[in-house]
Amino acid sequence: MLSQSIFRYALSLLSITLILSAPATSSPAANMSANSSREMLRVAVATNFLNTARELAREFEKQSAYRIVLSSGSTGKLYAQVINSAPFDVFLAADTERPERLEKDGLIIPASRTTYAIGRLALWSAADDFVRPNALPPANSYSHLAIANPRLAPYGRAAQEALQALGAWEAIQPKLVMGENIAQTFQFVASGNAQLGLIAASQVPAARGSVWLIPADLHQSIEQQAVLLNEQPAGRAFMNFLRSPAARKLIREHGYDLNGD
Amino acid sequence: MLNAADMDALWITLRLATVSTMVLLALGTPLAWWLAHTRSPFKNTINALVALPLVLPPTVLGFYLLLALSPSGPVGQITQTLGGTTLAFSFAGLVIGSVIYSLPFVVHPLQDAFGRIGPRPMEVAATLGAGKVDRWFGVALPLARPGYITAAVFGFAHTLGEFGVVLMIGGNIPGETQVLSIAIYDHVETLQYGEAHLLAGLLLLLSFVLLLIVYTVNRRFRIT
Repeated sequence: MLSQSIFRYALSLLSITLILSAPATSSPAANMSANSSREMLRVAVATNFLNTARELAREFEKQSAYRIVLSSGSTGKLYAQVINSAPFDVFLAADTERPERLEKDGLIIPASRTTYAIGRLALWSAADDFVRPNALPPANSYSHLAIANPRLAPYGRAAQEALQALGAWEAIQPKLVMGENIAQTFQFVASGNAQLGLIAASQVPAARGSVWLIPADLHQSIEQQAVLLNEQPAGRAFMNFLRSPAARKLIREHGYDLNGD
Repeated sequence: MLNAADMDALWITLRLATVSTMVLLALGTPLAWWLAHTRSPFKNTINALVALPLVLPPTVLGFYLLLALSPSGPVGQITQTLGGTTLAFSFAGLVIGSVIYSLPFVVHPLQDAFGRIGPRPMEVAATLGAGKVDRWFGVALPLARPGYITAAVFGFAHTLGEFGVVLMIGGNIPGETQVLSIAIYDHVETLQYGEAHLLAGLLLLLSFVLLLIVYTVNRRFRIT
């Protein structure tokens, strides 16, 4: 009796394992999409650029025969994955430091390093009329100001520089809260737990709250660079696409600056 | 050896784990007692709710806590009425998060221990004239001692390793909400592997010793 039920149990476990281990592309749902036959391009993208990258990918897929798979994370984490041979073809970083380091270590296709966007910083509050252009709100009107961690995130470092340039860095210390990345910083402000925060201009919601686009000369420019990690046609095509007028227009619409404007 | 910020992180982590464990034992005792004895139709529902943190990703708990603690959230509304501030980015907020996050690790061992006592010892004590309070402290509590040791250590150790919830509601303030796991994460992200190793090794050792204590003490207790 007992051995029989153990046998049945083992058999059902085995069949479940077999079903689950079958490659996803052989499932009927995947076959229905024409995408499965397309050549795949894996793109690692810094979180602040994810939304823009999604739209770029859609546009790119329309005009090419390739399919793009996006993996997002902080630039530091993606960098660590790349040097440990993660299977990415293109890396859209949020800074120049990590791409430069990859280039120096010979981990990218030579001369593929290029600036694809220049980030802008925005002081944003989920409350209407709280943030006004050209100055920080008076310190006694809020209890928390959120920035990304300057040690981890390029936007955090820019935020620190901007606050220093505004002469507020020292005084603001007790009110500072830090997100691990710029997406989390946005969460702190959007949920209202922090009354305001310095986030990426690309994150500012269209019709919500109040905003001041921080002048770009208050901090070092947040150049975001792309590198090609493997030599193959799909990656080349995507890198070229990033420089096309259509892509540049999309990137600018999402709140980024570009070189040569 | 450890720099000042890392020492702060270690101290906050130990303080958080201690305070959370005490709160958990205080809240967990009546809850576990009720769960061990009730025939209420809500028993399964409450059991499932208590076990939720076991299966939910900590980021889900953290996300809901962030919304709940915010000025427009239910908890935020209450704290604003009472004290005028919200609890996100504060030590008190972390305690709330940890209590929820480690709840099953404290309630389950206690529930188990209470259930194992059975009705008999309490009935015997009652026939010998022991009052309700007397029976509880004189009979139930000593019999449930292994359960309490397990609950306290598991609650403490599990809070030590908390990361996702703190990440979501802590705000990474050095000296206030920056705990050990966050400090390790920051070191790894900034490629300071030496510092990361030191803190990670410390946490590993601490957790191992704590678990070793539970298993050793409880085994000895069972034999005698």
